[in-house]
Amino acid sequence: MKFGIVTFPGSNCDVDALHAVTDQLGQTAVSLWHRDHDIQGCDVLILPGGFSYGDALRAGAIARFSPIMQEVIAHAERGAPVIGICNGFQILCESHLLPGALMRNAEMQFICDWVHIRTEGKAPMYLGGYEPSQVLRIPVAHGEGRFAADESTLDALEQNEQVVFRYCNGSGAITDAANCNGAMRNIAGIVNVNRNVLGMMPHPERAVESLLGSTDGLPLFESLLAQVGA
Amino acid sequence: MSRFRVSVHIVPRKGLLDPQGKAVSDALHALGFADVEDTRIGRYIVLDVKAESAAAAELSVKAMCDKLLANPVTEDYRIASTVTA
Repeated sequence: MKFGIVTFPGSNCDVDALHAVTDQLGQTAVSLWHRDHDIQGCDVLILPGGFSYGDALRAGAIARFSPIMQEVIAHAERGAPVIGICNGFQILCESHLLPGALMRNAEMQFICDWVHIRTEGKAPMYLGGYEPSQVLRIPVAHGEGRFAADESTLDALEQNEQVVFRYCNGSGAITDAANCNGAMRNIAGIVNVNRNVLGMMPHPERAVESLLGSTDGLPLFESLLAQVGA
Repeated sequence: MSRFRVSVHIVPRKGLLDPQGKAVSDALHALGFADVEDTRIGRYIVLDVKAESAAAAELSVKAMCDKLLANPVTEDYRIASTVTA
């Protein structure tokens, strides 16, 4: 399977993502520049974390209009996998590939920490390697990660089983105390209606080897491999 | 074609938590401004636009707000003023 990792000016987790899918997952990957018009036959596209365009205006707002995003949107519309992590999630929301928006963390601080999230919903492409309601230990690093949407959008996300990760405590309980950024309904990650576009604030690509503290992110990439094929 | 200076206010939608506004409200209360009930902090954007008329300039700025300058999920915008630049 071939991964394409998009680098925008200000991306800083692109190399982490590259490392996760090549060294840890054993797949091939290429770096795609934001000005590119060609995704070089990649099967999976990853929009990595960082501060594209310095978060000018709003996180992800400018990156949405990068030339490569036309290709990312076309790839998503073909039903192919697109993953947005952290700033990538913000870009996917700004691009309307995912509903909602990511707002300033409720407590104002930038959060760089380990958190717990719990799997749920229906997204075999990404969750196939996890147990239902599995609790993952995974890092977050963001200042604008508070997921927000209107009530009807939130209800629709839940009814369609598009919420795939929620912040929880170590035993899996969805509590306010475990909601690190104040996200509505503790939402940490969602998929689109077709379940091929995933956006999440936590960093699965930084939880793929025990040396770095957790391997809980690895099954996400392994699920893709199993579902989409090698 | 004339040149117009269009100013736009963009603010977080009422009802959505604005942590920056809340921090400022709290600070104002601490300073004794007890009558402050709510603070919302947004941005103020001033654009110089070439257009046939003030109305055309505003129409163009509204399109910019819808497409880029404001996030329709979380923010409201309002054109504050349009003057000849």
